[in-house]
Amino acid sequence: MLPLLRHARYVLSENPVTAFAFGLFAMFLLAAILGPLIAPFDPLATNTSLALKPPSAAHWFGTDQLGRDIFSRVLVATRIDLTIAFASVILAFLLGAVSGVAAGYFGGWSDRIVGRLADTIMAFPLFVLAMGIVAALGNTVTNIVIATAIINFPLYARVARAEANIRRDVGFVEAARLSGNGEARVLFGHILPNIMPIMMVQMSLTMGYAILNAAGLSFIGLGVRPPAPEWGIMVAEGANFIQSGEWWIALFPGATLMLAVFCFNLLGDGLRDIIDPRKRT
Amino acid sequence: MSAAPALAVEDLCVEFRTRSGVVKVLDQVGFSIAKGETVALVGESGSGKSVTAFAVMGILDAAGRVTSGTAMFGGSDLLALPERELAELRGRELSMIFQNPRTALNPIRRVGEQIADVLVRHGGATRAKAPALAIEMLKKVRIPDPERRAKAYPFELSGGMCQRVMIAIAIACRPSLLIADEPTTGLDVTTQAVIMDLIAELAREIGTATLFITHDLTLAAEYCDRIIVMHAGHVVESAPSATLFSAARHPYSARLLAATPGESGALASLASIPGSLPDLRRADLPSCRYSERCERRLDACAEPLPRTAVGEAHIVACRNPL
Amino acid sequence: MSVPLLDIAELRKHFEVGAKRGAWRRFRDRLSGKDAPTPKLHAVDDVSLTIGRGETVGLVGESGCGKSTLVRLINRLLDPTDGVIRLGATELSLFRARDFAANENRARIQMVFQDAGDSLNPRYTAFDAIADPLRRLKRVGGDALVARVDALADMTGLPRELLSRFPHQLSGGQKARVGIARAIAVEPELLILDEPTAALDVSVQVVILQLLEDLKARLGMSYLFVSHDLNVVRLLCDRVLVMYLGKIVEAGPAAEVFARPLHPYTRALISAIPQADPARRAGRLRLSGEPRSPIDPDPHVCRFHGRCPIGTTVCAQSAPALRRMTPSRDVACHFADTAVTLNTVQDSSPAKNGSGEP
Repeated sequence: MLPLLRHARYVLSENPVTAFAFGLFAMFLLAAILGPLIAPFDPLATNTSLALKPPSAAHWFGTDQLGRDIFSRVLVATRIDLTIAFASVILAFLLGAVSGVAAGYFGGWSDRIVGRLADTIMAFPLFVLAMGIVAALGNTVTNIVIATAIINFPLYARVARAEANIRRDVGFVEAARLSGNGEARVLFGHILPNIMPIMMVQMSLTMGYAILNAAGLSFIGLGVRPPAPEWGIMVAEGANFIQSGEWWIALFPGATLMLAVFCFNLLGDGLRDIIDPRKRT
Repeated sequence: MSAAPALAVEDLCVEFRTRSGVVKVLDQVGFSIAKGETVALVGESGSGKSVTAFAVMGILDAAGRVTSGTAMFGGSDLLALPERELAELRGRELSMIFQNPRTALNPIRRVGEQIADVLVRHGGATRAKAPALAIEMLKKVRIPDPERRAKAYPFELSGGMCQRVMIAIAIACRPSLLIADEPTTGLDVTTQAVIMDLIAELAREIGTATLFITHDLTLAAEYCDRIIVMHAGHVVESAPSATLFSAARHPYSARLLAATPGESGALASLASIPGSLPDLRRADLPSCRYSERCERRLDACAEPLPRTAVGEAHIVACRNPL
Repeated sequence: MSVPLLDIAELRKHFEVGAKRGAWRRFRDRLSGKDAPTPKLHAVDDVSLTIGRGETVGLVGESGCGKSTLVRLINRLLDPTDGVIRLGATELSLFRARDFAANENRARIQMVFQDAGDSLNPRYTAFDAIADPLRRLKRVGGDALVARVDALADMTGLPRELLSRFPHQLSGGQKARVGIARAIAVEPELLILDEPTAALDVSVQVVILQLLEDLKARLGMSYLFVSHDLNVVRLLCDRVLVMYLGKIVEAGPAAEVFARPLHPYTRALISAIPQADPARRAGRLRLSGEPRSPIDPDPHVCRFHGRCPIGTTVCAQSAPALRRMTPSRDVACHFADTAVTLNTVQDSSPAKNGSGEP
C-alpha cells in the first residue's frame, strides 16, 4: 500500500488537474458529512419576507421563492445526492462485478444470460428506463438507487466480463487451481482483486453519471420530494424563475451539480493513472 | 577490414530518463561492421544490445537520449542526421527485423501489399509492378505457394511465415545494413534453424552487412563472423566467433560461456555468474561495470575502461584479461 | 522398472472447432440431413507414457504439438476425451477437472510454470503465493505456516526478506524461485516443469536448473520436464519423449536418443540445435514446409508426411504406430530400422493440406 501512496503523491504533484479533482472531492465529502452542521440557515425554514433575494453577504447564493437560503440548501443537499450516487454505484458494482466476473470466467450459459441482460438494458434509452422503474416501484430514495444501479449495471458487467475473460487462462489462475483453490475462490480471491483497480475507475466515472441521473429524476418530479433540499429539485424550482430574472435559484444548484459531475470524471482519469501498474516503476 | 566499414559506431552513450533517475544504458559503445560482414551483439537482458540497435536506427523511445557518439554509415553520421533523411535511409539502406514478427506487421493489410508498399516507397517500383515484385520477394524467402500467401493477412500465417515476410520486407530494397533483433526468439528450434539459414543466405547473396542481436552465444557463433559481448551497457569483448569460444579473454565472456549448456557435459559443470547487473542509475558507477562481480578485479580496474587489442580483430575491455 | 508413478494409457483430447451450433441448429441440420460432425482438433491423440519414481522425463516438440494440452491433462486442469491417467494406484482420470481442486490427490501433482511472472498473482506477495497451496491443500495456518514458508524460501534460495514483496518487485530469477517454492510446498510426487527457464538469462538458468536437480534428490520427486531447449533437456532428463502433432513419435533414454535419433523429426530437432563448432555442422537436417493441420487428421497418413525428408507413398497410406525398437526405445516411423543416414536429405515439398499452425 505504501508504494501506492507514494505513487499517488507523485501523480498528484505531476498532474495539478487531478490534484484539483481530489481537492474538490474532499470538499464535497466534507459538505456531505458536515453540511447540516455548518449550514448558516435552516434549509427548510421559509421566510416570505426574504423571498427571491439575489445573492448578498448574508445569503451568498440568494434566496428562493419561499425565502429559503439557497446556499444552505445546496450544502445540505450534498449528502442526499452523494448518498444516492454512492449507494447506486456500489449496488451496480456488486451486481455487475459478480455476474460479469462469473460470465467471463465460466462462459457458456452464464455468459449468454448476463450478456443478453446487459444488451437488453442498454437497448433502452437509459434515463427513460430509470423513469419507468421509479414510476413502477414508487417514488422513494431506495427506488432511485435501484433504478440508477440497474441502468449502470451493463457498464460494470461488461468491464468485469472482459477483464475476467482475458484472465481466465493466465498462469496465475491455473496456478491457483493447482494450489487447491475451488472455482469460487479462484474467482473472488484471485481474479476479482486483479480487476478491482479497473472497477474503481469505472465507479468513479459512473459516479458523475449517477449524480446526474438522480438529479434528473428529481428534476422531473420522480425522485426526492420537495421540500427536501436536492440539487435536481432546486434546479427544477429555479427554472420557473429564470424567465423573470431570478437566475440564482437555478444557477447555483445547477453549477454545483455540474462541478460534482466534473469532479468525479476528472477523478476517474486520475485514479486510472494512479493504479495503472505500467505507470508505476 | 581495409575498406570503409559498413557501420562504425564510436563512443555511443545513451541515457534513459525515468522517474527514479537517469539510467546510463549505454556507455562509450564502439564497434564496426565491415561490408558484407555478419556480426553478433550478444548479452543478457539489460546489457543494452537492443538499445544499441535502436539508437543506430534512430528509433529510441521518447525517454531515451543519445548523449554522445557517432554512427558512421556510408559517409554520414546516423546519429546527427535529421529525422527526414534518416527515415529515407531506413527501409532502403538500413533495415531491421524485429523480435515479434506478428506485432511488427500491420494486422489489417495483406502481406503482399505490405511488401509492395516498401518497394514503392523505397525501391522505386511502380504501383503497377509492385505486386508481382512482392510475390517475387515471397518466393525469395521460400514461402510456399507465394501467389496465395501474398493475399493472406498476418494472422493467417504461422510465426515462422510472418518472420519470412518480415525478412522479405527488410531485404526488399537490398539494404547495405540489416539489423536483426532476436529474429527467432519465440519460434520453434526447427523454425529458428530454417529462418537463420535464410537470413544468412540472403545476406550473403545481396552482400549486406548484418548485425545480429541475440542472447544465445551458440546461435551467434554458428551464424556470425564476429561476436561482440555486451554487459551493462559496455562492450566488454569483441572477437571472431571461434576465437571467443576457444579463448575468451574477458572474465564475463568466459563466465557466460561456462553458463551456456552445450551438447556435452553435466549440469554440475555449468557455472553461474555471481552477483547481478549493477544499478545503472547509480551516480558512482565504477568505470568497469563488471568489476563488482569480477573475481579478477585489480586496483587498476577503477581507472578508465581500456580497449586492448589482444589478437587479430580481438579486443577486450579489461585490465586483467584471462 | 517396478510400478511406475505415472501411467498414461491411450490418452486423447479433442477440441471442437469452428462455429458452435446450438441445440436448435443441430436439430434443424439433422432434419435437413446436413448433420456433419463438428470438426475436431486432435490436440493429444492416443498418447501412452509412463514416468517412474524419481525419474526425470523430458517432453519436447514444437509449439502446437500438444505438449501444453498433455501437461494440462496430466495435472488435471483439463478433462481428457478418452483414456486413463493413473498416479500410483489412483486413477486420476475418473475425477473431473472442475472438482479436482478439492480432491485429496491435488497435492500429488504440481507444476512450475513457463513464465514465472505470469504465474504469480500480481496482488499476492511472495509469502502469500507460497502459502496459498499450504492453506488450501494442507490446512496449515498460523505460526506453522510462517515456519513452513520460511523453510521453503530457504530451500529454494529465496532470501526471506523478499517474502513480503510483490512479483513486480522481484527479479526474474527470484520469481522463478517463488514459483518453485509454491510448487514444492505441498510435497508433490510428480512435478511438471513447463519450460521453467525459458524466460531467464543463461546465467540465472544454470542456478535454477541446479536448484531443481538438487530439490529432486532431496524430496524424491519425479519430474516431467517440458522444454524446447534440447541442450537443457539433455542435461536434466533420464528419458525423453518427442511429440509431433498430438502423438508421441519417439521415446527413449535421453543419451541414446540424442546420440542416435531414429525418427526423422527427432533428427531434425537435434539438427536444429545451434552449433558453435563448424566441424559438427555437416549433414544436418532442415525441415521445410509447415506442419499438417491438426483438425481431423487422416488416420491413414503419417502426421509427419509432407515435411519428412524420407517419406514415401507408404507413409501416405498407413500411419506408423509407436513400436518398440530396442527394450528401451519406441519409434513411430516405418523406416526406423532401415539405415537412413543423416546425409540423405532431400528437399521435400510442403504438405498440401498443411494450412499453417493451429
